[in-house]
Amino acid sequence: MTHYVKAWILALGLILTPATVVAQDALPTAPGAEAAPVAASVDSEAPAAEITPASGLDPALYTPMKPTEGVGMPVDKGIDFQPQVSETGKQAKWINNVILLPIMTVICLIVLGLLFWVMIRFRRGANPEPSKTTHNTFIEVVWTVVPVLILLVIAVPSISLLAKQFEPAPEDALTVKITGYQWYWGYNYPDNGDFEIISNMLTEDEANARGEPFQLAVDNRMVIPVGKPVKMLITGADVIHSFALPAAWFKLDAVPGRINEKVMQIDEVGVYYGQCSELCGARHGFMPITVEVLPEDKFNDWVRANGGTVKGDEEAETDTAEAEGDAATAEEAASDDTTTEGAPADAAAAVN
Amino acid sequence: MTTIAADGQILDDHAHDADHKPAFFQRWFMSTNHKDIGTLYLIFAIIAGIIGGAISGMMRMELAEPGIQYLSGWVGAGASADEALHLWNVLITAHGLIMVFFMVMPAMIGGFGNWFVPLMIGAPDMAFPRMNNVSFWLLIPAFLLLLGSAFVPGGTGNGAGTGWTVYAPLSTSGSVGPAVDMAILSLHLAGASSILGAVNFITTIFNMRAPGMTLHKMPLFVWSVLVTAFLLLLALPVLAAAITMLLTDRNFGTTFFDAAGGGDPVLYQHLFWFFGHPEVYIMILPGFGMVSHIISTFSRKPIFGYLGMAYAMVAIGVVGFVVWAHHMFTTGMSVNVKMYFTAATMVIAVPTGIKIFSWIATMWGGSMTFKTPMVWALGFIFMFTVGGVTGVVLANGGIDDNLHDTYYVVAHFHYVLSLGAVFSIFAGFYYWFPKMSGRMYSELLGQLHFWIFFIGVNILFFPMHFLGNQSMPRRYPDYPEQFAYWNEIASIGYVVMAVGVLIFFVNIAWSLVAGRKAEANYWGEGATTLEWTLSSPPPFHQFETLPQIK
Repeated sequence: MTHYVKAWILALGLILTPATVVAQDALPTAPGAEAAPVAASVDSEAPAAEITPASGLDPALYTPMKPTEGVGMPVDKGIDFQPQVSETGKQAKWINNVILLPIMTVICLIVLGLLFWVMIRFRRGANPEPSKTTHNTFIEVVWTVVPVLILLVIAVPSISLLAKQFEPAPEDALTVKITGYQWYWGYNYPDNGDFEIISNMLTEDEANARGEPFQLAVDNRMVIPVGKPVKMLITGADVIHSFALPAAWFKLDAVPGRINEKVMQIDEVGVYYGQCSELCGARHGFMPITVEVLPEDKFNDWVRANGGTVKGDEEAETDTAEAEGDAATAEEAASDDTTTEGAPADAAAAVN
Repeated sequence: MTTIAADGQILDDHAHDADHKPAFFQRWFMSTNHKDIGTLYLIFAIIAGIIGGAISGMMRMELAEPGIQYLSGWVGAGASADEALHLWNVLITAHGLIMVFFMVMPAMIGGFGNWFVPLMIGAPDMAFPRMNNVSFWLLIPAFLLLLGSAFVPGGTGNGAGTGWTVYAPLSTSGSVGPAVDMAILSLHLAGASSILGAVNFITTIFNMRAPGMTLHKMPLFVWSVLVTAFLLLLALPVLAAAITMLLTDRNFGTTFFDAAGGGDPVLYQHLFWFFGHPEVYIMILPGFGMVSHIISTFSRKPIFGYLGMAYAMVAIGVVGFVVWAHHMFTTGMSVNVKMYFTAATMVIAVPTGIKIFSWIATMWGGSMTFKTPMVWALGFIFMFTVGGVTGVVLANGGIDDNLHDTYYVVAHFHYVLSLGAVFSIFAGFYYWFPKMSGRMYSELLGQLHFWIFFIGVNILFFPMHFLGNQSMPRRYPDYPEQFAYWNEIASIGYVVMAVGVLIFFVNIAWSLVAGRKAEANYWGEGATTLEWTLSSPPPFHQFETLPQIK
């Protein structure tokens, strides 16, 4: 079927532009294959079930999570938005699917219905003598005022959504500085010793070996804790890029010379994919984004595995009595709603 | 002018008679006749449309299935993978610029505007006939510069790969080589061409209306061109300023759009969209005017709510200047700015709604026939409604965060442009083709063209809403395989649409050769504007005795 279609396009293209030279050579390499300053060593021979951590990080501390099919990524033949994992995302999807979409559908159907009605009722055969009516003040007022009211119905939740999206981050929020490069992403964690993660797209083989979707999967993910507001500082190093995470209804441009700030909070553990969303040159389509959301203790382990520091580690060493309280218990309960910032002394010792 | 009107006749002591046609070269290359210049514009728009449409065919071909299949072949042997990918960006840039500046605008304003504004207001010609010719001939070097830019270095590979928006710094430090400079100069020339045209239309419409034709008796198409001309006059200088600053940033060391020197890349976007948003109304308003006439003609009924229709266009034009930043919702604007642009953008739905409902009210009580121009106009109304409601979705700054720069946006603006503006162009073309050429088109081929094109573009563009909801970004030469299904459907739609376009060309060729001769008013009593008082085609010079409007 596909080839049939292409043959047709090809034929038409040739008719329309005789000068167009068409050839079917595949690209010599998968784009982005050579774009890996930080190489990820993956043994493609290894069975999928026993993949060694492709991150190259200490497996005792961090193993990349497997994505859940249909979550945080597009689905085959999908027509709706991706499942939303942030509060503002759920609200936005609700506004679209419960308010906007029905209103749109009804308006289109009304217009279509009216068109069919006049086409049938006022066709020449049915109405040979046209009326000469050209004014009706009442109906003109109605079709001006009613759309205004509909727009008000839309504007109220829309404006409140905007207000919510722009709620400032709490003082203790984790900060992640995101930099768009041609053509990869960099993630800095200034609160955790300012280590940087360089994130490149995986080749098709690597992505398949890891069981991840090609052109969405990256070698080194951006990792954040679950259920906590993350202060995203986004900038571009060379040209404008745009950091997008559809599952969190999040998109913000990475503009060189500016640092854009916005809060992102994801409430469900998982792996979520996005793609660069501002034209940034040749490999614009090949600098995807992968965000892994972990319980806070696992996130802290990931920070340690990357050589970063976790808030509370130093204090735990100097003042064990203080650290033992909430922090130790929180470590044991690896639940999603962990709110403590502390980390257990033994874990800290293992890193240092 | 007034003396002619007062005398009724003027004795011509020059040697040439009123219908003297200059020889071929002088007639077509040194023209001062609005109808001939209009014809040149239409031919130009058709050629540009073929090239722009062929480029979209290359794009749909590459996107028909995941993977890079054709780009490396098109870019030529020995080119790197990045050069092949750069070619993609050159294609999307060229498609956008060609369709906007060299297809829709020349067809609507240069083509139909030139042909029918003087005829409809009862004027012998445009106010500045030589400037009219300059407007057209500036487009030729503009187009050649744009096409030529594809063959000179533009950074990663040959050609300007910046997108039609030419955002800095991708268009400055991000694109080394003369290609982007050529594209910028091309826009300068096209912009100058349009500004001259706008001056000409405003002067003509304000000063050369037939006696008795007050502004409030002016045909709606003339109203639409008047509003469009003001939009052009106010918006294009801003584009010229923005791209001039791009040019100096690129070549003379200024830093208007470079933060390292105190500039700001987002400033460019503000300037561009201050032009760019009025530009989308520039592309649709003349269509509104044409559709109004067609609906009225084929309903055999005067337009409903004439003043509301005229001032709805004025309102769209005015509000169109204060909504630009809804194209920039993700650039990092503050919450208050986003709230303002959300509210202001939604306001535009009100005058647009007035137009849709007034068209339906015009048909209400009418005595409708469904000739080719009418089916295009009806298709226009529905497709424009669909594109309009998705525009209301995108107007919401909070919702747009997810949809921005995805295929949802592509679907939206193709519904209002490819299915809106282009439908109205086809409607106007079939409506006036016999008037312009003197030959009737084939009704069968016209209907066939409509139905195949209508089905094709809907198969082509409707699935793009789904791709957008699923967050497929724009301007991607390749995509994850989850997006494959709807992309393949869209490519099938392109083939169907292209068959429709082929029928259009067959129809033109057949009509010119074998079409039945058209009488003065071939649409009958529903067609009431002044062009129907003239023969088909009209005499080389018309209205030497100005008509009196009651």
